[in-house]
Amino acid sequence: MSRGPELKLSTKSRVVPVTMALAGTIALAACGASNESGNAGAGGGNSSAPQLSGSLNGAGSTAQTAAMQGWSAGFSAVQPKVTVNYDAVGSGAGRTQFLAGGVAFAGSDSPLSDDEVTQAKTRCGTDGVFELPNYISAIAVVYNLPGVDKLSLKPDTIAKIFAGSIKKWNDPAIAADNSGAKLPDTAIAPVHRSDKSGTTKNFTDYLSKAAPSAWTKASADTWPFTSGEAANGTSGVVNAVKNGTGTIGYADESQAKGLGIADIGVGSTFVAPSPAAAAKVVESSQVMPGRGKYDFAYTINRTTTSADEYPIVLVSYHIGCVQNKDKTTADILKSFEGYVISPDGQQAAAKAAGSAPITDAVRAKSQTAVDAITAGA
Amino acid sequence: MSQTSAPQAPAAPSPPPTSVQPRPRLPRWATAAAFAGAAVVAVLLGVLTALNLVTFVLYTAVVGTLALWAVSRRVEGRRKAKDRLVTSLVLGAFAVTLVPLLSLVYEVVRRGVARLDGEFFNSSMVGIIGPGGGAYHAILGTLIITGLTVVMSVPIGLLTAVYLVEYGTGRLKRAITFLVDVMTGIPSIVAGLFAYALFAIFFGPGVRLGIAGAVALSVLMIPVMVRSAEEVLKLVPNELREAAYALGVPKWRTIVKVVIPTAIAGLGTSVTLAIARVIGETAPLLVTVGITNATNLDPFDGRMATLPVFAYYQLTQPGVPPEFGIDRAWTAALVLIMLVMGLNLLARLISHFFAPKTGR
Amino acid sequence: MTSTTPSTGSTSRAPVRRLGDRLFAGTSRGAGILIVLILAGVAGFLIVQAAPAFTAPRADVPGGHGVVAYIAPLLFGTALAAVLALLIATPLAVGVALFITQFAPRRLAQGLGYLVDLLAAIPSIVYGFWGIAWLAPRLTPFYAWLADHLGFIPLFAGPASVTGKTMFTVGLVLGVMILPIVSAISREVFLQVPSLHREAALALGATRWEMIRMAVLPYGRSGIIGGAMLGLGRALGETLAVAIVLSASGGIVTFNLISPDNPSTIASNIALQFPESTGIGVNTLVASGLALFVLTLAVNVLARAIVNRRSQFSGAN
Repeated sequence: MSRGPELKLSTKSRVVPVTMALAGTIALAACGASNESGNAGAGGGNSSAPQLSGSLNGAGSTAQTAAMQGWSAGFSAVQPKVTVNYDAVGSGAGRTQFLAGGVAFAGSDSPLSDDEVTQAKTRCGTDGVFELPNYISAIAVVYNLPGVDKLSLKPDTIAKIFAGSIKKWNDPAIAADNSGAKLPDTAIAPVHRSDKSGTTKNFTDYLSKAAPSAWTKASADTWPFTSGEAANGTSGVVNAVKNGTGTIGYADESQAKGLGIADIGVGSTFVAPSPAAAAKVVESSQVMPGRGKYDFAYTINRTTTSADEYPIVLVSYHIGCVQNKDKTTADILKSFEGYVISPDGQQAAAKAAGSAPITDAVRAKSQTAVDAITAGA
Repeated sequence: MSQTSAPQAPAAPSPPPTSVQPRPRLPRWATAAAFAGAAVVAVLLGVLTALNLVTFVLYTAVVGTLALWAVSRRVEGRRKAKDRLVTSLVLGAFAVTLVPLLSLVYEVVRRGVARLDGEFFNSSMVGIIGPGGGAYHAILGTLIITGLTVVMSVPIGLLTAVYLVEYGTGRLKRAITFLVDVMTGIPSIVAGLFAYALFAIFFGPGVRLGIAGAVALSVLMIPVMVRSAEEVLKLVPNELREAAYALGVPKWRTIVKVVIPTAIAGLGTSVTLAIARVIGETAPLLVTVGITNATNLDPFDGRMATLPVFAYYQLTQPGVPPEFGIDRAWTAALVLIMLVMGLNLLARLISHFFAPKTGR
Repeated sequence: MTSTTPSTGSTSRAPVRRLGDRLFAGTSRGAGILIVLILAGVAGFLIVQAAPAFTAPRADVPGGHGVVAYIAPLLFGTALAAVLALLIATPLAVGVALFITQFAPRRLAQGLGYLVDLLAAIPSIVYGFWGIAWLAPRLTPFYAWLADHLGFIPLFAGPASVTGKTMFTVGLVLGVMILPIVSAISREVFLQVPSLHREAALALGATRWEMIRMAVLPYGRSGIIGGAMLGLGRALGETLAVAIVLSASGGIVTFNLISPDNPSTIASNIALQFPESTGIGVNTLVASGLALFVLTLAVNVLARAIVNRRSQFSGAN
């Protein structure tokens, strides 16, 4: 036999690597996170509000992830003993978890459906839910076309580009929107989101309302066509637009740095996306009628003609119960939502996520809902 | 060796016995010469077309291989020439493989090294906006959850493999083999949903526990563990078992003292591969463990951060401006690789110390 | 040894059953049965969750044409990506394993073996990062060239993607991802080829290649297939690497590998659609998971059949 295994093993030698591994883990665990210690006393000076302690769990929209970072960081200065956890599981899953009672609030890129409003009654009692438009983000139409620094597009033109009926950058329709610009004979590669997303829903909603003749599909959170480049998430779209030439896509304005951003036709002029213009269009929109007293779900005014409003916006809501069973949860929720809609909170989100701070008129409405949050029943 | 030891294929056609003299062989420098010549040809070809490093290497390899084959066929005969051709092909396959793999490692290191600093290892993401922050919480979370997964999966996987190879007979063996195959087909996200649904029964909806993530990962790891451990155990020669039985050693002691130690190096590889299968899993952890900014070391209480989820979120939700988040994502990927490398090294050490010395 | 070989099966069962034996056999059987239970749990979960999608009105299912119409293109995309990956990875992986075990100098071989193991251990999400950041942009000129010069082949009909996020890129990424796995297992098996077999072949005057063909490959075949199947399983189920890299649009069936319009794969589609899905949408996605499950199962059964036919080369038959 060519192989003669020696089966005598030294026990000592096996212990060494295992011990080493254990020692390494323990050493790592022992040092602790440097930024977590001593946090507790940091914000104690703010004594206007009673100090709460506990945790608040939310889940939902991925669009709010960065903003939630800002809010939970800022809120820890107001209420240092409170931890706010947020799972960016997606709006749909967030709403489902909220309705099932798993989390205290949901973050959602679209308001509850009529069906869900009914379900919410059983979850929250007769006072129902509050829905607050806490996160507003302008969706920019971004493009990468060397030599073209400024681009203006009417709604019909955008719809035709994304539907695939305009195929070249020097198409007469684009040229008509951009008199005097030199447009190359490059093929257009429209980039859309491959994942189901609130951004797609808001963008298609805009197209279906602002360009009903060119865009025949209804608003949907999955892209309604089977052609075109697809990319995962806002960062994926930005990356794809950046890597290709002749590409055009839609992405949160805050993430569009380094790309060409198109001005959108509003009324008779063209408007560039900006936080102020995005917040303004929400102010001019209607609250959906026939829902709860504190249910501020908006029907966005996509067909606005005012030159200081930008109609392609994503509005993401915080959804929670007006009446909460648990006193601690109610107190923390009230304090947290109060912070979120405050100018400080909106500024924190703008800094962390580049969102558009809500206008005072919208805040005044939301404040009534926050004031109504109670514990009981 | 048992009855099948001799290769069944007919012996290679030996050269006709008329000539006793061996065929002439190419000198040792022939290979080098062939490829040097090929390089010259490649430059000439390159002058005609566009020359860059890629085409140069490609031309050199192809021309050199063909030249060597042709010369060898003329001097050394058909069989030797084929041998040289295969040698070149195998070497070529190895070289081709290294390109993407090395570029991958290079890319991750290049992008990840920017944030590979002390802060990344000793701070979490509590209160971090913009620059700074780290993955201390995620590194520990990954270690804890993967550790739990290994503790659950390796014994089950190994014992099942032992059962299949050593004990199993008839229907149950066939059924388990079949079901392990089925189990390899569970998409990772489905495993996550399953674990979530399971824990939601006991802890209510919206539950997020480290242990649930470990269960989800175990569902993915067990079949991989069984399949590869089975493959390795099968390769232990029957002679060893028979020798042990002949000495009156009980079967279970034979397995523990002879079969497993003989296969320990392969089992080490199996475990490492199985860990590699799960340590980078993102989707199941997303739905079972969630993510948190703070450090949580208790897998039985609440959300934990893990490196892959951390990396995924930092890449897809980088915040404003995005650079800092993206840097953290690449560094997390780099740390994940380093972690796996460390585990791998550990497995190597273990199998080095455990494995019996063999002839190879 | 020589006299008892005809009835190997019976000699391995000791006539006296000791306590230790019974305990050990019981535990290992218990582990096997536990697997059956886990699987029953997962299967039960899948079926219960998928059922509503099959009974729901066709218009309620995402896409509006029923479950089958929704899943079929996904199934096609999954199979296409995985087969591409396998075609790319297997020959290279076997080549690498042969190089390490049979060609490389012994001292070098150990280091190379370690390198391959290490690459097998790189988490799949990192391959996704690499695919989108490094590979895809470098392939776009190549795709444009293919579409211009080989456009008459349906595989390369174009129009070429300008971002490189194509099915071909996904095949490459998955191929590179599974290559180390297939190679690590093949290498492990090649190392187990009894020296006697190899030496016998060499002693008969075989060249190295003939020795490999006659002794190494037949012995290692089941290991190669096993490794390839493990790799295929991973390629079929890969989620986020595909989700990051592929430009996927629903409902397409095409063999065009280099255009931006590609069918999605089941796993990546679940990851992309799940978070924002509710109601029947979730049920439909779970149903697609069930389809993936069945596909992988079929592949594995096939592989088992092939491996078992060659099992006389195993040491423990």
